[in-house]
Amino acid sequence: MSFPTFPGTGAPPMPSRRLFVQGVGAGGVVASLAAAGLSPRAFAAAGPTLAGAPQVLSGPQAQLTIGESLANFTGRTRPAITVNGSLPAPILRWREGDTVTVRVANALQAHPTSIHWHGILLPSNMDGVPGLSFNGIAPGEAYQYRFTLKQSGTYWYHSHSLFQEQAGLYGALIIDPLAPAPYHFDREHVILLSDWTDMDPGALFRRMKKLAEHDNYYKRTLPDFLRDVRKDGWAAATADRGMWGRMRMTPTDISDINAHTYTYLLNGTAPAGNWTGLFRSGEKVLLRFINGASMTYFDVRIPGLKMTVVAADGQYIHPVSIEEFRISPAETFDVIVEPSGQDAYTIFCQDMGRTGFAAGTLAVRHGLQAPVPARDPRPLLTMGDMGHDMGHGHAMPAHDMAAMHGATMDHSAHGMHGGSGTSSGTAPRHPASETGNPRVDMQSMATAPKLDDPGIGLRDNGRQVLTYGAMHSLFEDPDGREPGREVELHLTGHMEKFSWSFDGTPFASAEPLRLNYGERMRIVLVNDTMMQHPIHLHGVWSDLENADGQFQLRKHTIDMPPGTRRSYRVRADALGRWAYHCHLLYHMEAGMMREVRIEE
Amino acid sequence: MSRSPSRTLPLLTTALLAVIAMPAHAQSHGHHDHGHGVTPTPTPTPTPTPTADHAAMDHSTMDHSTMDHSTKDHGHPAPTGVDHSTMDHSKMDHSKMDHGNMDHSSMDHAAMDHGPRAAPREPIPVVTEADRLAAFPAIDHAAMQHAPAIHSMLLINRLEHWDGQHGTGQAWEASGWVGSDINRLWVRSEGERSGGRTEASDLELLYGRSVSPWWDVLVGVKQDMRPADSRTWAALGIQGLAPYKFETSATAYLGEGGQVAATVEVEYELLLTNRLILQPLVEATFSAKDEPRYGNGSGLNTVEAGLRLRYEISRRFAPHVGISHERLFGDTADYHRAGGEPARDTRWVAGVRVWF
Repeated sequence: MSFPTFPGTGAPPMPSRRLFVQGVGAGGVVASLAAAGLSPRAFAAAGPTLAGAPQVLSGPQAQLTIGESLANFTGRTRPAITVNGSLPAPILRWREGDTVTVRVANALQAHPTSIHWHGILLPSNMDGVPGLSFNGIAPGEAYQYRFTLKQSGTYWYHSHSLFQEQAGLYGALIIDPLAPAPYHFDREHVILLSDWTDMDPGALFRRMKKLAEHDNYYKRTLPDFLRDVRKDGWAAATADRGMWGRMRMTPTDISDINAHTYTYLLNGTAPAGNWTGLFRSGEKVLLRFINGASMTYFDVRIPGLKMTVVAADGQYIHPVSIEEFRISPAETFDVIVEPSGQDAYTIFCQDMGRTGFAAGTLAVRHGLQAPVPARDPRPLLTMGDMGHDMGHGHAMPAHDMAAMHGATMDHSAHGMHGGSGTSSGTAPRHPASETGNPRVDMQSMATAPKLDDPGIGLRDNGRQVLTYGAMHSLFEDPDGREPGREVELHLTGHMEKFSWSFDGTPFASAEPLRLNYGERMRIVLVNDTMMQHPIHLHGVWSDLENADGQFQLRKHTIDMPPGTRRSYRVRADALGRWAYHCHLLYHMEAGMMREVRIEE
Repeated sequence: MSRSPSRTLPLLTTALLAVIAMPAHAQSHGHHDHGHGVTPTPTPTPTPTPTADHAAMDHSTMDHSTMDHSTKDHGHPAPTGVDHSTMDHSKMDHSKMDHGNMDHSSMDHAAMDHGPRAAPREPIPVVTEADRLAAFPAIDHAAMQHAPAIHSMLLINRLEHWDGQHGTGQAWEASGWVGSDINRLWVRSEGERSGGRTEASDLELLYGRSVSPWWDVLVGVKQDMRPADSRTWAALGIQGLAPYKFETSATAYLGEGGQVAATVEVEYELLLTNRLILQPLVEATFSAKDEPRYGNGSGLNTVEAGLRLRYEISRRFAPHVGISHERLFGDTADYHRAGGEPARDTRWVAGVRVWF
């Protein structure tokens, strides 16, 4: 779909049982398809030539050429989409206050392309979403982006055209502040995480529509059931299986696509390639983490080092000292580490489903490697995770989920369960468009902001884990007004159909969400699915509220774990048509997207 | 980097006074300020640095009900001099507070730093004509590329060789669909060969529409293609995933000659491992009318029960072995026995399951 150059269905002729965890050491872009008509085989025969350290393009003028290249991360040479021949795309280094001019040329053979500057405040026609902000960039043509930088921090950029992001079109974007940062550091490294597949991303999407559970090789088996019977008793084990069975779901659906399809990359390098960032003992090192993956949540830690988080999504926060953080696709976190006493540390980034990892090394010189930890045990979703727990713990309630499911439920009967307002489970009022909707396979019964919850697989793991609740913007609410109105949207989906939407209505048949220019309003999101969704609103900030509805944290991407209800304030100060979507690429393409139109 | 205590202290004093004066009202706003007046209890992860992080405080153990407000003069709170350090917040229990009856309207937010504002701190830029042009450029309708909404799948559920008590042969069952999440065109086919000739086969072409998250209604035609007595049926059925993940289909057929027939099939997948899967299935057929010409009695005609064990070498390709038992009932059994055919048969099967 994305590339006519992909042969066949794009399914690699190797058994899918293989986990693509380690990748190949000398992987990366092997050749640019500068000349048309040369077969991939010819390039593969030429042998790999490493692209080397990421290109850094500094200064307010940049020239980016989007083209097709061959890349090899798994031992197989496959087509990739690159910028200036590089995967990831070059690091762009700009300065707050500058007006930047970027000429983006499309050297793809047959496909229009685009670049979206993720989290950057700019005029709508510079936002890079074909069909909303501009017409896209046709093959052989170029588009000149020009905008003034009103912010600083760690951001990224990526294609907003079909599945090109998955094929490699993503890169780091760093904007240096005019005023000195409120923290000191001696050196810095960009850590850009991503997921790579040998498949044609379009074929992968088609596969998801046929068999969404393709990569879930972790379903509970008969032996698992017998073990649970021994452990918990027959009644508890059958009650548990019964609950999931009536919902037709499985608690091991942590991520749609995992290491059975993906190889996870750190700065475009598979674990076997051991990307290395240098430090001198005692230095304060700023690590700019960016999750540029299409479908992968990473849980990141550096064994032996505490991390002090100083910025989230490019914006300063009150420093928080942690040992591990979960980063959703499109989020960025700036952390400071002070390595000393060891020559090498592993940056270990396991996927949320614990099927694989990206990894690299911080070391005093090249060629060193610290032990790579084992992946944590795979977590199981609980009814509590999914907002089906009317109690307060994560214990399984004994009631019949199937009876609670559907339109006949009386939400008012569930009410609130003490505690302080929204911080405990509240029964959401579901939009009428979800009722009887074949695209909606689940509705949450009790949702909460869960801002202090480290999340599935990270609770009680003995490490200090970052939560949204622990992050507070370094500044007070830059707008300060109370929201004048509230819009509630529910994240909806159908696992088996691989259908995703807001309020049960996919993008293709949804009306734009209209905001009035200048207004301060509140968006309330309720997750009615069992998956986790990073929700990104273009053009304006998403000012996350705490459980009491007060401004807490300025972000561009709000992560929505299952069973959560989270609210954020939006200041509609950017006229135009903006994309609003789940940043899991295949969820977006399957319909979990809206247009937000800010009008006078 | 952090708000300085000297700046925030007067504000927090005001806020704390508000807590005292209106304990219920100030609840949601007062939290931020507790950190300065009391020693924070040891906090769970993560540890804030370098200043106290208010969000990390554990308020869950607070019990406000033990606070004695009766000795305070609520009407005239002194602006300064209240010593909060002796308050024991650690026993506060907020859960007993009634938030439903809160009336925030009487709070004086203007006196608080974080209160609502009529005008934004950062002014909203005045829109210029250039802004308008940049905001709503002319866009080609086709500029946005959409991932395809039409998909398809062909599942050959079983393509197998069988070895029965009364012969050997081959059999297949397949289904495919093309369409959207809601509307799909289905084909289904089932058939059996024995002794080198096709004994029975049919092909169904159906329009299916999702009527609920788990059920599709199907309407279409079925063509029997047994060599001798092929006939055409109108078909109406449902298909979907029943609770407990039973793959289920039930179809009623209205055939030439006024015959009404029905087929019900239920399949289940029992995971021995994530690749070794035991698949029991039951299929039953019924007829309304007695039709000796077709060898069908009225009522229950046949029941087939199968148990197949497959190994998914990949998701797309899985060989299997199994056992299948078929039994004819009532007049149907009699007609077949009269024709020299057995009324029941047990078969060993071996085959593959593939999808595209």
